[in-house]
Order: sequence, then structure tokens, then C-alpha cells
Amino acid sequence: MRVLLTIIITLLLIFSPSVYAAEEQNNGGDDNSFDITEMIMSHIGDSHEFHIVNIPRKDKEDIKLTIPLPIILWYDGGLHIFSSSKIYDNEVVESRGSHFLLNDEKIYVTDEYGHLSYNEESEITNTKPFDISITKNVATMFLAVITILLLAISAGRIYKQSNTHSAPKGTQRILEPVVIFVRDEIINTNIEKGKADFFAPFLLTLFLFIWISNLLGVIPFFPGGANLSGNIAYTFTLAIFAFLATNIFGSKAYWKEILTAPGAPIYVKIFLVPIEIIGMFTKPFALMLRLFANITAGHIIILSLASIIFVLETIYASPLTILLSLIMFTLELLVATLQAYIFTLLTALFIGMAVKSEH
Amino acid sequence: MEGISLTVIGLGIIILGAAFGIGKIGQAAMEAMSRQPEISGTIQTAMIVAAALIEGATLFAIVVAWLQG
Repeated sequence: MRVLLTIIITLLLIFSPSVYAAEEQNNGGDDNSFDITEMIMSHIGDSHEFHIVNIPRKDKEDIKLTIPLPIILWYDGGLHIFSSSKIYDNEVVESRGSHFLLNDEKIYVTDEYGHLSYNEESEITNTKPFDISITKNVATMFLAVITILLLAISAGRIYKQSNTHSAPKGTQRILEPVVIFVRDEIINTNIEKGKADFFAPFLLTLFLFIWISNLLGVIPFFPGGANLSGNIAYTFTLAIFAFLATNIFGSKAYWKEILTAPGAPIYVKIFLVPIEIIGMFTKPFALMLRLFANITAGHIIILSLASIIFVLETIYASPLTILLSLIMFTLELLVATLQAYIFTLLTALFIGMAVKSEH
Repeated sequence: MEGISLTVIGLGIIILGAAFGIGKIGQAAMEAMSRQPEISGTIQTAMIVAAALIEGATLFAIVVAWLQG
């Protein structure tokens, strides 16, 4: 019985295709080769539409299943809002007198024929409008926020009915260990008692937001699969929040120690003060870069493993792909949680060092 | 030998540094766990945190190398 099961599972593994989010294979298109760099870059980068899957059809065009997201631009003193389905397929969109064209996921202002002017280094020199569209990453961020709100508000409602002395029920079961972990291991060990409760909401939100964003990136199909925490603007904003949280609430002793290094002779102070000021900026910068690089590297590895099949152009590479991808997905889950933990831990550490009162 | 860019050699050196660092952490963690098995949970957490910080530094270097070429 066990031998039979093993044989069946092995055969299934050998003949099962690896289906990952929106992998394209252009059979009979104009370009028959598989461009792995372009595939990986388009999956890691942001996009104005939410591409779900390509349904291949014999002898006909593939059906591209996408959700077109709205494009919101601010240009020439006016707001231009239109659906992104108009601007894909290289069409010039006319909106209240201005014309826009999409090239390589960036929007440019053009004339009505869609001319793009290039300079000597073949870069496009058209002006770009102020782009505040709902892109794939923004939509995923909304999804993460809605998830956190649903979990937390329903758990909070259970707590309001004073369910703290009996067994937890509902979303309390998920959230209570997480919140107690963050509170005891991260917040209370790093920030002193009087001020810990003030920073607890921020740090807990940070942890949950980064964790859920990372996990949404690991899910290979819609509505996950967007590389949200691997977007440097996202991690840059979180690092700015961490920077503001440490420096706005820094105690006088903290600022005194940075701007005038007490207890150091004057010839050391000349070097120490600029180094401390630069250190004030490198700490959030390191936070930003660490999260970005870890998550993006994980996505690149998983996408590359999935592309083994397409590069070798044989379905019999799928056992290898499935095995390696399983390992990498497990590692990605660990990295998702770990990076959220490290970001929150270091932010709590910096806040704790900044608000430490003199003894 | 044409076509080997220095970026690739640099990346190799980066990985060497990371592997040495994390290997040393693993060694220290194993030895500590063998001396005092009761606190092996604490040691495991600390090991993972230290490894993640080293990974952070490694990935800065990789990102800079990637931007250069």
C-alpha cells in the first residue's frame, strides 16, 4: 500500500506542471524565446494593472486575465483619472487636454501622437506627471491594511466583552500570542516601563504590517504575489517612520549625547559629533535596505527556480523545480517572519535608547 | 578569461564573508547548546537574530554590487 502511494505521488510530481502566478509562455508569438530577466523584473516591479494569469489557447491569442487599476495623475494643475486598460497596449490617452503614454511602467506626457523624445543616452526626456495611481503595490497595501483591521478589530471587540480570563475564542486565538510576544520580547525588554505603552501601538502595527506584507508576497496567486515589501519606496517610508519615532521623542540626554559628545576630549569630539549625526541616519537606512534586499532576493530566487522549466524547455525538470521551490518557499516564510521581527526589534531598540531617562 | 567582470569576483568575496560569519555563529550556538541544553530555545532565537543581522550587511553589499554592474 505504501509502495503504491509512493509510486503514484512520484508520477504525479513528474507530470505536474508548475503553475506560478502569471507565467507567460509565448508559443507562436513574435518573440519565441523566453526572456527570464524581463519576466523576473516585471514580477518584482510595480505595475499599473493586476495581472492574474495568462490562459493559453491554441492557434489564438492568449487570454490575459488582468484587473485594470485606476491611474491617478496630477499634471498641469488638474487631476486626471482614468482606467489603466486604456493606456496599456501603447495607446495615447487624452485626458482634459493633456496626453499621456505608458512606456515600461512609467507614464509620460506626450503630444497627441505619442512621441517620446530621447536624449543622447537614449533616456526619455518627456516630463512625467505626478503619479499617484493605485498600482499593484498600493492595492496589496490596502489588502494588508484591511486584513489587519479585520483581525484586530474583531479581537478587540472580544476583549471589550472582558474575555481575558477564559480561553480565547475567535481572532483572539491568532492575535493574542502574537501581541504578547511583541509586547514582552520586543517592547518591554527594550523600552523602559513608563514609556513602553506609548510606543506599543506603533511597534505592534509595524510588526503586523510588515509580516502580512511579506506573507502576501509569498502567496503565488492572486490576491497575493505582489512584491510589496521589496519595493524600496515602501521600506523607505517605514524607515522614515522609525526615524521620526526615535528622534521626535528623544530625550534631552539623547540629543546631548549626539550633538555634544560628553566626556570626550575636544580633538575626539570633532570627529565624534559628525559620526554620531551620520549614525542617526544610517540606522534607519540600514533598516530600509535590509528588508528590501531580503524580500527581493527571496522573490528573485523563487522566480528563477520556477523559470528552470521554461529555460530548459522541458516538463521533466518539474520534480527538480518543485523540490527546490518547496525549500525556498519554506525559507521565504521564515524570512518573512524574521525580517518583520528584526525591523520591529531594531526600531524598539533605537526608541528605547532614545527615550531612556537619566538615572 | 575575457568577460569575467570584477562584480562577480566581488560577489564571491561577499558570500565568503557572510558564510564565515554565520558559520562562526552556528559553531558558537552549537557549543553553547551542548553545554547547557535547557536554554537551547533562547540560544536558537539569538542565533537566528544574529544571522539575520549579518545577512542584512551582506545584502547591502550585494545591492551596491548589483547597482554598480
